[in-house]
Amino acid sequence: MSILTKARPAAGVTPPAGGRGGHQKGDRRRRALGKNPIGLLLSAPYLIFVLAVFAWPLVFAVWMSFHEYFFAAPGAQIDRPFVGLDNFREVLGDPDVIRSFGNVGIFLIINVPLTVVLSLVLASALNKAVRFRTFLRVGYFVPYITASVAVVGVWLFLFSGSGLVNQILGPLAPEPSWLINSQWAMPTIALFVTWKQLGFFILLYLAALQNVSQELYEAAATDGAGKVRSFFSVTIPGVRPATVLVLLLSTVTGANLFTEPYLLTGGGGPNGASTSPVLLMYQRGIEQGSPDVAAAIGVLLVIGVLIIAFIQRKVAGGDES
Amino acid sequence: MHTTPTVRRALAATAASAALVLALGACSSGGGGGGVDSRGDITVWLSNNETEIAWGTQMIEAWNAENPDEQITAQEIPAGSSSEEVIGAAITAGNAPCLIFNTAPVAVPQFEKQGGLVDLSSFEGGQDYIEERTGDAAEQYQNADGEYFQMPWKSNPVMIFYNKDMFTAAGLDAENPSLATYDEFLATARTLVESGVAPNAILPAPTSEFFQSWFDFSPLYAAETGGDQLVEDGEATFNDEDGLAVAEFWATLYEEGLSGKETYQGDSFADGEAAMSIVGPWAVSVYKDAVNWGAAPVPTSEGIPASETYTFSDAKNVGLFSACENQGTAWDVLKFATSEEQDGQLLELTGQMPLRDNLTSVYPEYFAANPAYEQFGDQAARTVEVPNVANSVAVWQAFRDAYSKSVIFGEGDLTTSLDDAATEIDALVADQ
Repeated sequence: MSILTKARPAAGVTPPAGGRGGHQKGDRRRRALGKNPIGLLLSAPYLIFVLAVFAWPLVFAVWMSFHEYFFAAPGAQIDRPFVGLDNFREVLGDPDVIRSFGNVGIFLIINVPLTVVLSLVLASALNKAVRFRTFLRVGYFVPYITASVAVVGVWLFLFSGSGLVNQILGPLAPEPSWLINSQWAMPTIALFVTWKQLGFFILLYLAALQNVSQELYEAAATDGAGKVRSFFSVTIPGVRPATVLVLLLSTVTGANLFTEPYLLTGGGGPNGASTSPVLLMYQRGIEQGSPDVAAAIGVLLVIGVLIIAFIQRKVAGGDES
Repeated sequence: MHTTPTVRRALAATAASAALVLALGACSSGGGGGGVDSRGDITVWLSNNETEIAWGTQMIEAWNAENPDEQITAQEIPAGSSSEEVIGAAITAGNAPCLIFNTAPVAVPQFEKQGGLVDLSSFEGGQDYIEERTGDAAEQYQNADGEYFQMPWKSNPVMIFYNKDMFTAAGLDAENPSLATYDEFLATARTLVESGVAPNAILPAPTSEFFQSWFDFSPLYAAETGGDQLVEDGEATFNDEDGLAVAEFWATLYEEGLSGKETYQGDSFADGEAAMSIVGPWAVSVYKDAVNWGAAPVPTSEGIPASETYTFSDAKNVGLFSACENQGTAWDVLKFATSEEQDGQLLELTGQMPLRDNLTSVYPEYFAANPAYEQFGDQAARTVEVPNVANSVAVWQAFRDAYSKSVIFGEGDLTTSLDDAATEIDALVADQ
């Protein structure tokens, strides 16, 4: 075909300089780099960042989880044999790991719905608030930007045996106290994280609420809907994309729970009742020098989060967004 | 394979970025160290403790003045959640210094496995130097093959500190406290709490970190057994009568509310939240003006003389790291820093006990001039170290988890808990 094309040039038409080879090279470059190669150049730093900080470690963690691996000095002659599913068998046969997944499950069951409900309700209220609007927005956002280490100190003061909460509750205070009580340690952490993260999620909902048309509320009011009915029939459907985002983000950040059990309950106490998978990964991988086992826990955690995220997307109607 | 332009562009960009990432990764790999005879400048890391920096500074000045061609540069151990994590990361990155004067014995087996440490026995006269300086106690710092991957440096033998004013307020004898046996200790503890002078008789950290058992179970187990380690000849020892007695003692304190189960945010002894504390000689300078204190050996079930009482060492040693280019110089500096003169400086400036045989007779003037440290100097001759075994941190975490469950929170049977922990620890030690 190309020979035929070449054999019959259009009369009076001069082939462009460089001939056919130049055409092909230019086409190939355009196909590879697109119409605006500068766009690739501008996005490259972030792409490199994602590859170096997220993608490469993730791939490496998966590789580690299938090998006998520990961190070694450069040049050290270390054998790192492929061990198949041994690390996963060890992890799944370890009651501490199973318990940590159960603990984070309890955490997510409390934290995620509470985050969605509270942030939506508070965002709606803040959206309508006229007085102290800025003060309230800042007030909710301050815990989010304050270092966990500092805020944990306040909660230890509030929830210790002789703390403010127990003094208010008096005889109703749990025994042992909140943070050293097997039943209450994880719910207390879930409550802490909900409170701390709330400002960020309120911000997401506030942004989403700006896109809900005022006409819909007026139409609903014309049809006789009250404030509660409007909230359920206009606000909630109107911010559904934001709800999917809040669900996903709170699940992902919740599954990565580390600082709170590390600091608030003294390393996952009492007696492992607040140990999270990521805290165990830190103990096994960094403290105890078994990053292969830690990687296996991490891979299972990623799979678990992906499954939950998939279900959330289906249930919360993410497709519609 | 059919690919769209968008996919091709994404692939091209990803491939280019991946190549760059791999190239950067390759650049990050450090090189290995030099031989045991190489000489030249070296870098050392010191603890960020103010008194240890003072000691390190004078030691380095003294060395540098005499060795212009082999200069030492020092820095504090970089900040991290623990020194051991920072050192482990430095080993992996290949940028560990030549010497670290704050290497925890519990981390040494792991650093050795990583290929990060140099066997000090491989230096000419290395083994003899260590054993002559530290005496019989040096054996605790050998690995299973009898090699030294750490220089035993200094200990902080722990004892019971008590608040004399609180004892007096509770009607107790503050000069000769009744703390020798478990029964006496418990009776004293009950009196202290019931009299209301302190909410806790003693308050060791009840948290789950692997190292916390060094400051509750370990000292008392060392005393009860006359110097046994928690693992000996590859097997756990603590699930015996002595271990059970120690566990029951602490369980009683928690059960009766004499020791709190909650973490105290601060120094419970200085703040008057506890009438007693388990501390090393560092506490002498810390509590000098804050508390009217006295010191006593850790208790045993029957009560034994102080001169026969063992305790936990809380030692920190020196590691010579394989990334070091000038290992010959590093070994000479190590010997210089642990010489009799420099050990004397360490004692003088930090109040911590050099791991040196016959300490009190080597520095009689110091202990005569500083009687507060004399008990600790004497106690330093009878210390027990964490066992130098494979997976040592995992071993201690397994122990702490079992202890936390059965002793602190009173869940389950103590004997079963210690037996289960021993079985788990035996498997960890056997897994090289």
